[in-house]
Amino acid sequence: MKPKRLFVRIVIPLLLLLASPALFAQNKTISGKVTDSKDGSPLSGISVVPKGSTGGTVTAADGTFRLTVSGRVTTLIFSSIGFATKEVDINGDNLDVSLIATNSSLNEVVVVAYGSRKKGDLTGAVTSISTKEFQKGAIASGEQLLVGKVAGLQVTTGGGSAGGGSRIRIRGTASLNASNDPLIVIDGVPVESNGIAGSANLLNTINPDDYESVSVLKDASATALYGSRASNGVIIITTKKGSKGKTKFNFNTKFSVGTIAKKVDVLTADDIRAIVNADAAATGNTTYQKLLGGENTDWQDQIYQSALGFDNNISASGSIKNIPFRLSFGYLNQAGILKTNKFDRYSTALNLSPKFLDDHLSVNVNLKLSQTTNRFADEGAVGAAVTFDPTQPVHGAKYGGYYEWLQADGKAIDLATRNPLALLMLRNNNSKVQRIIGNVQLDYKLHFFPDLHVLVNAGIDNGSGSGDDNTDSTSATNYKTAGRFVHYEQKKKNTISSVSLFYTKEIPSIKSKLDVLALHEYQDFVTEVSNFPSYGQNGVLIPGSTPTFATDKPEYRLESYLGRLNYTFDNKYLLTASLRRDASSKFSPDTRVGYFPAGAFAWKLKETFFKFAPVITDLKLRVGWGVTGQQDFGNLYPYLPRYSQSNSTAQYQFGNTFYSFLRPSAYDAHIKWETTTTQNLGLDFAFLNNRISGSVDLYYKKTKDLLSVIPVAPGSNFDITLLTNVGNMENRGIEFTLNTTPIKRNDLTWDFGFNIAYNKSKITNLLKQPDPNFKGIDVNGVGGGLSNYIGKYIVGYAPNVYYVYKQVYDSKTGAPIDGLFDDLNRDGKIDDNDRYLYKKPAPDVTFGINTQVTYQKWSLGLTAHGSLGNYLYNQYNSNNGVLRAIKNPLNFIQNGSRSYLDTKFSGNSTNEYLSDYFIENASFFRFDNINVGYNAGKVFNNKASLRLLASVQNVFIITNYKGLDPETANDGGTQYTLYPRPRTFSLGVNLDF
Amino acid sequence: MKSRIIIILLIAVVAVLAASSCAKKLDLFPQNDLTPEKAYSTPAGYKSVLAKIYGTLSITGNAGPAGAPDIAGGLDEGSQVAFIRMLFNCEELPTDEAVVAWNDQTIHDFHDLKWTSADPFLKGIYARPIYNITLINEYLRESTDAKLSERGISGTDADDIKKSRAEARFLRAFNYWVMVDLFGKSTFIDETNLIGTDLPGEKSRTELFNYIEGELKAIDGDLAPVKTIEYGRVDQGAAWALLARLYLNAGVYTGTTRYTDAITYAKKVIAAGYSLQPNYAQLFMADNDKRKDEFMFAINCDGLHTQAYGNTTFFVHAACGDDHNDYGVGGGWNGYRATKGLADLFTDLTGGTDKRAMFTTSKYGTAPSQVAISDVSNFENGLHVNKWKNIRSDGGPISDVTANFSDVDFPVFRLSEMYLIYAEAVLRNGSGGDAATALTYVNLIRTRAWGNTSGNITSAALTLDFLLAERGRELYWEGHRRTDLIRYGLLTTGTYLWPWKGGVSSGTSVDSKYNIFPIPAANRTANPNLTQNAGY
Repeated sequence: MKPKRLFVRIVIPLLLLLASPALFAQNKTISGKVTDSKDGSPLSGISVVPKGSTGGTVTAADGTFRLTVSGRVTTLIFSSIGFATKEVDINGDNLDVSLIATNSSLNEVVVVAYGSRKKGDLTGAVTSISTKEFQKGAIASGEQLLVGKVAGLQVTTGGGSAGGGSRIRIRGTASLNASNDPLIVIDGVPVESNGIAGSANLLNTINPDDYESVSVLKDASATALYGSRASNGVIIITTKKGSKGKTKFNFNTKFSVGTIAKKVDVLTADDIRAIVNADAAATGNTTYQKLLGGENTDWQDQIYQSALGFDNNISASGSIKNIPFRLSFGYLNQAGILKTNKFDRYSTALNLSPKFLDDHLSVNVNLKLSQTTNRFADEGAVGAAVTFDPTQPVHGAKYGGYYEWLQADGKAIDLATRNPLALLMLRNNNSKVQRIIGNVQLDYKLHFFPDLHVLVNAGIDNGSGSGDDNTDSTSATNYKTAGRFVHYEQKKKNTISSVSLFYTKEIPSIKSKLDVLALHEYQDFVTEVSNFPSYGQNGVLIPGSTPTFATDKPEYRLESYLGRLNYTFDNKYLLTASLRRDASSKFSPDTRVGYFPAGAFAWKLKETFFKFAPVITDLKLRVGWGVTGQQDFGNLYPYLPRYSQSNSTAQYQFGNTFYSFLRPSAYDAHIKWETTTTQNLGLDFAFLNNRISGSVDLYYKKTKDLLSVIPVAPGSNFDITLLTNVGNMENRGIEFTLNTTPIKRNDLTWDFGFNIAYNKSKITNLLKQPDPNFKGIDVNGVGGGLSNYIGKYIVGYAPNVYYVYKQVYDSKTGAPIDGLFDDLNRDGKIDDNDRYLYKKPAPDVTFGINTQVTYQKWSLGLTAHGSLGNYLYNQYNSNNGVLRAIKNPLNFIQNGSRSYLDTKFSGNSTNEYLSDYFIENASFFRFDNINVGYNAGKVFNNKASLRLLASVQNVFIITNYKGLDPETANDGGTQYTLYPRPRTFSLGVNLDF
Repeated sequence: MKSRIIIILLIAVVAVLAASSCAKKLDLFPQNDLTPEKAYSTPAGYKSVLAKIYGTLSITGNAGPAGAPDIAGGLDEGSQVAFIRMLFNCEELPTDEAVVAWNDQTIHDFHDLKWTSADPFLKGIYARPIYNITLINEYLRESTDAKLSERGISGTDADDIKKSRAEARFLRAFNYWVMVDLFGKSTFIDETNLIGTDLPGEKSRTELFNYIEGELKAIDGDLAPVKTIEYGRVDQGAAWALLARLYLNAGVYTGTTRYTDAITYAKKVIAAGYSLQPNYAQLFMADNDKRKDEFMFAINCDGLHTQAYGNTTFFVHAACGDDHNDYGVGGGWNGYRATKGLADLFTDLTGGTDKRAMFTTSKYGTAPSQVAISDVSNFENGLHVNKWKNIRSDGGPISDVTANFSDVDFPVFRLSEMYLIYAEAVLRNGSGGDAATALTYVNLIRTRAWGNTSGNITSAALTLDFLLAERGRELYWEGHRRTDLIRYGLLTTGTYLWPWKGGVSSGTSVDSKYNIFPIPAANRTANPNLTQNAGY
């Protein structure tokens, strides 16, 4: 007798016998079979428990069970993850039961690296988000669907521009100089994340309406399969597919209005007049007083507008001649709240998934095509609007009819702030971007050996952007060359091809299931750059603008081999082990190969200890470890000695000829992979039939051989800094996700979800040879003269920690004292040695909240997110909250921040820009979205069902930060100006027919 | 069944293709950049590298005016790693000849004579000559006879490259002279130090002095004879001029004076056929390439082809405000002026007598109230210097239609300096010269300056103090003043105070350590072989 059967047949009844209060009551044995209500297939592993008693059994592989219970038991309870629990009265000794599958999250198939797994079988830290959980409202770019939805995932829009991009971070940052962006994979194609000329954000070329689900892979055991490029996590986007059956249509349309949510708190024209007049009275210098105007112009009102948006999508899915398909079209037209800014997109997506040869050959074809057109507003206007003198009029006699600062000879002052409205109106930078992402997957199950199948995947990601940037000949910016016209063009051609072998085998005799994957993959990333000269609007070539090379073709390639084993024992223990070998063209033949192993183990505690505890729906412990690599940095040939040619304005004259330069670049012949080792400990839980579910993850990431740009000895290379492998850093943190359904009744459901993550980053080494006097690497220039740096990369601290002077305050008024700082080392002078390390831009804690109440046909959803412990350098206050900025030394007046009224800072000391006074707590709570839905049900003679949705995005924000918006996409933690994120009201109609 | 076989075969073929390794495909090269082998495959390639070696003195990177800097490291390309601008900030700003209104980082520390080893400007100033030398060493490694014959370069091409090797060695010596003058000791590398291998070592001030002297003498036979090579490239005259300057300051550099050698080399230059140009002002104008008869070596700038924010473009912008038209540019940067110290060297500030007094513009005059500086940050105060002008003496148009970038070449060695070196070395008891000739030379300079002999002096007036003042009048804003004040023992002491010396409006003495700049701390972190100068 095999152990399992021994257990089931003898031990359990024995235990039951012992546990039964009616020890000597007459027992009965009941047997039967449990099947799936959908197709009648046998269900194994279903727990069968006598009601009102203890003990029980589980169904065998063929769905059968046999259970001896006390004679008093009248009902058996059948339950399993993924199926509705069913109570069946005992009627005789045979009981065949069919169970109805539920949408239990544990049964959901989650897309993971190179395949998919049941959520209940995951071994790594993976969070999957599906359509209904996405952020609602007018969203042009897919990553914004995820804001606040995943513990440890930060999606921060770069600002409010139409179609603009976001910064995405998973579990903090692992690199200093290499990219910290996660890898994004769409339907098996790793997509280009770097920009392309003419596109503000390449993700906006894909219609978010086509998204089916998004998986966020956080720990190395999940991401290591992607080896290279996976150190910062992986986001896998799966688009909607067709399904067999009648063709269904969906049409949805949205109309939105964006408005400015908040303006920068600037001084008014009267304030400026008062300040300048008072200064003139005090100093006797009337230079600036003479420059004052009599107007009251709110420049921010001049440049912002209400932004209308329309988003229309129609899709059809079903099957034609047994070939499942889905076809969709979308048209989005979105204006920005900054005048002239516009984005529109035509998109179409096609998915075909036919099967051939008795279903042995599955074919999956995905094709996504889009064309976006952009009109970029000159975002310099955002900064100009908060610095241009409000006492001046909008219009003037020269320069296209816009007022500008003029010097004595009547020409515009070269270095003065430009009229913000003129910047927008006298420039037209428009572009068109076309993108095609497509792949074909052939999955062939061998006829003679069906356990083995071969998957061939060939994919492309091609983008092509081009545009024209026109500045009017009357513009003060370019009047000297009669305006400016330049054309730009860039193409990206990325291809991926892979072949993989999958072997799946279930060996019931040893209660084992295993699947093995072997893969060979080849990726090629090509950019084709075309360079063009600039011309005046009169057609005259602008001298010096002729590009050195008409074209360039940066390219890199990756070749990878991957082996993976998934092993399941007894449906209790899950093991995943993988090894990836990557070779990157960015490294020399000696260093280009990296090996990235990973392993994970999961223990289904539910199956082991709580099999028969109905309260506990799921309980699983996960342990993972893995190594990932990083080679994503700008320089494609960092190991090669090479000479580059200078442009036409960087030449030297010998005799009567100007010679271009050939300059050798700094290089590190031995540069190699940066690697990150991640350890993860996780617990997944679900109680009360999934009414409460969630997970906890603890992680530790250690990055070594950081690809860092570090100072090197002058004379040792062709620069004083070099991209090389130096340094270590670590990230540790904890993530907690909770999803609950506090109320679940027939006509009322309330879902509430919450996620929170804590992360701590620390640089642990930065030098090749230790030096106790090393003061770190200066980062994050903040103006106030030339190259002042507010941040440091320094050992023992988080990246970008602020390095500042300690402001001294007036003990009576509490106001900061101009130019007075604490002499921290007490040496009697204030110099660089008196600066100290203070706070950091990255948050300690990020969190997201979402809740939805559904009552009959109505639903109400709310989402919010926030962060704690993140600080921001208020660069607008530091640069413009000072008298020196108001009285610009180049003989014009600038507007300033209202903070000047509190500080009265002169701006005469450079140190002032580096005062800790300007480091502000930027912790925030943002109420992202409130939406109301009405499900009208069947309309048009029952031919269609209709849903209506209204939402408000960016509802409000709670923060102590005094600047425009505490949320910044800038890792360095400085904020000067920001294209304001709009508050958007939208109405949507969704029709299924 | 047939289709099944076809599909199986198809998949098998695809599988084999995909599984076959593509290791060789991973060897990728940039489309536009060149490997060293390609860069040096033609004589034109050598010339382009040579242009870079010269060009590093004029501009800051591979894109003009900025955008592809040679030297990164968080330094500002326009202001912190530009050779001419850095020379000005080190040689003029700590002296009576210049103050700055701007607030950029530590820029005020220069006139205040209180810089530290953390100074970002000094970091750039240290990096620039060493960077230039790194390029020169690479050029010397790639231009050996063996490499030339290996690459099939022969005949006149090979001869020109050999000549250029001597020029490269001159430029290396010149860059090391900058290190000797500013920092004393220095990182030392020559063509035996390969890229990315061992850390460079250090040479003391005396060792470097000896090295420069040895190199300049060693290349004498390989350099082109005076004025026989195309404009922009150096010949024997430049090497002699540098030796003359080096010997004049030998006492400061090594503790041993070498005035006799200074006279020897000044005489060699003077005898080589250079001549003073008739019009002093034209030496600093946009078409000053026509004045090359007075220059042993000038760094070329061009408003269209050789653009940077830190070559003479800096001079013509930084000194002006609303009076920018007097400087030939479209706008001013409102930055640098001179103190009363420079004004006091002239008896007549109007330029009516000594025409070198170029201090009156359409906006600023020379009234005492104007010259006095009550607030360093107020550009309106001070003696405004209108010496450098992006205006052609022939009235023709300048190269840059936007009037932003300068055409003015920067003369490194002029005949006037050689006359003054001769005179000073004679007065300091060097042998090989005589006081009468010295007086003649000084009066040649003054005759040109005054336009007649009315400013000429007598032998009694020819004193060391007179010569220092005359150097101030003749060479102000050309990058000599700090070296001169140190040679006279006046930079840090209380003997000579000018307004705002040491950061005090009446002037004050400072620690003598400020006679030499500190080794930037960042460099000592990156290279533990480097030692610090005393006092820092």
